[in-house]
Amino acid sequence: MLDVSQSQARPPDDTPVEAVPVIEVAGLSKSFGANTVLRDISLKVHKSETVCLLGPSGSGKSTLLRCMNWLEEPDGGAVLLAGQRIGIRPGGSVRMSDGDLAAVRTRIGMVFQHFALWPHMTVLQNVMEAPLHVLKRDKAEVRREAEALLQRVGLADKMDAFPTRLSGGQKQRVGIARSLAMKPDVILFDEPTSSLDPELVGEVLNVMQSLARDGLTMVVVTHEMSFARDVANRVVFMDGGYVVETGTPDEFFSAPKSERARQFLARYTRG
Amino acid sequence: MNEFAIVWQHRDLIVEGFENTLVIVIVASICSLVLGALLAIPLMARRAAVRRIATAYVDTMRCVPFLLFVYLLYFGFPSIGLRFDNWSAGVIALILYNAAYMGELLRAAWAGLPKEQIEAGLAFGFSGWYLFRRIILPPVLFSALPLIGNQLIQIVKDSAFLTVIAVAELTHQATSLQTTYFVPFASFIAAVLLYWMTCVSIESTIAYANRYAEERR
Repeated sequence: MLDVSQSQARPPDDTPVEAVPVIEVAGLSKSFGANTVLRDISLKVHKSETVCLLGPSGSGKSTLLRCMNWLEEPDGGAVLLAGQRIGIRPGGSVRMSDGDLAAVRTRIGMVFQHFALWPHMTVLQNVMEAPLHVLKRDKAEVRREAEALLQRVGLADKMDAFPTRLSGGQKQRVGIARSLAMKPDVILFDEPTSSLDPELVGEVLNVMQSLARDGLTMVVVTHEMSFARDVANRVVFMDGGYVVETGTPDEFFSAPKSERARQFLARYTRG
Repeated sequence: MNEFAIVWQHRDLIVEGFENTLVIVIVASICSLVLGALLAIPLMARRAAVRRIATAYVDTMRCVPFLLFVYLLYFGFPSIGLRFDNWSAGVIALILYNAAYMGELLRAAWAGLPKEQIEAGLAFGFSGWYLFRRIILPPVLFSALPLIGNQLIQIVKDSAFLTVIAVAELTHQATSLQTTYFVPFASFIAAVLLYWMTCVSIESTIAYANRYAEERR
């Protein structure tokens, strides 16, 4: 088993609780034309936390996630990675160069709804690609780690297959291994199980659950309520571009504070 | 003596023309594909001004008859101080002309790629040339393969126009053989056969490459 906690070690017990968040969103807003998708969103994610973003479709949760690595450029507010503002040059309001932004993004992993594997590369090449060609790391070492990661997500026998030969669940596990290979500070999961057949959802959630246990910092947009309840340290419920409420899974699922969350949960728990 | 026997007797002329055609086609194919790939970058640029300039080039090339373009390069350009020998003029014309088509078909393939796999490249820290070279270009080439094949065949056929500036390619040699020995049927049939063989080889190479590309897209 590969130790993902290298860069993700749990804070020692004497660490003050209010450490610098791994990733923080402050007063973020975003519109697409006349359509305001995010309104003054603030959110802190601390080391080794798993935060689930919940909410109905169109509530802005995927857009929020995509703003966190600047795949979408927010209109206002800030995103901070380990306390450093990203996307905007220090001290100004000028956008970072593409190269600087790319360097920041190497520290933020992402897992996509539709997997977004690179189809022209084998599974192993997909996992090795960015460590090798972005981080310019040693090939033998990258290969060793990539093989160990694929072992960990149960795909040791698929290393030389091309993505088109894999099931959705397998593709997504490659997507997760590909993110882990960068040893990022945090991984963003954008509805990682939404395009999977129901019987394949479990294998992906199991991997994610084990990552959470190992202390990986994760932000997960999901519709899997049981995952949020069992794995998240905190859930953030969004609707209409606002954060409506946030709390521990226990608080949220057993006693939601807002009417909107109650309606939302009623729809999901009805089955 | 019958026509075909005469052509066979002077086959070295035809063979020379065929070899020249192959060299012209290979050079023009490689260069126009590379140039076309580079041209796809401004065609897909974020900045509208860059995109417009590249699009104007493509549109111009697509609206000029190739024959006229060859005339312009070889006979017209010396008036503005640009003088090429007939070989250079011919090959440059083929490259510039077909690069526009290659650029446009690669642009279309690029626009048709699933957006997420390019975003994944960005999210993993690729940018600029590396993003293009490692994440965008390979799947673009794989998906555009059949169209690239068509364009290569177009290059073979366009190369025949270079006879008008006396480049000793296959059509030119076949023409001179027939005017010297009055064997139009046999010499043209010989040329047609060789063009046909060239195109069939291109098609089967592309079909083979397509099987390779199949599981990579």
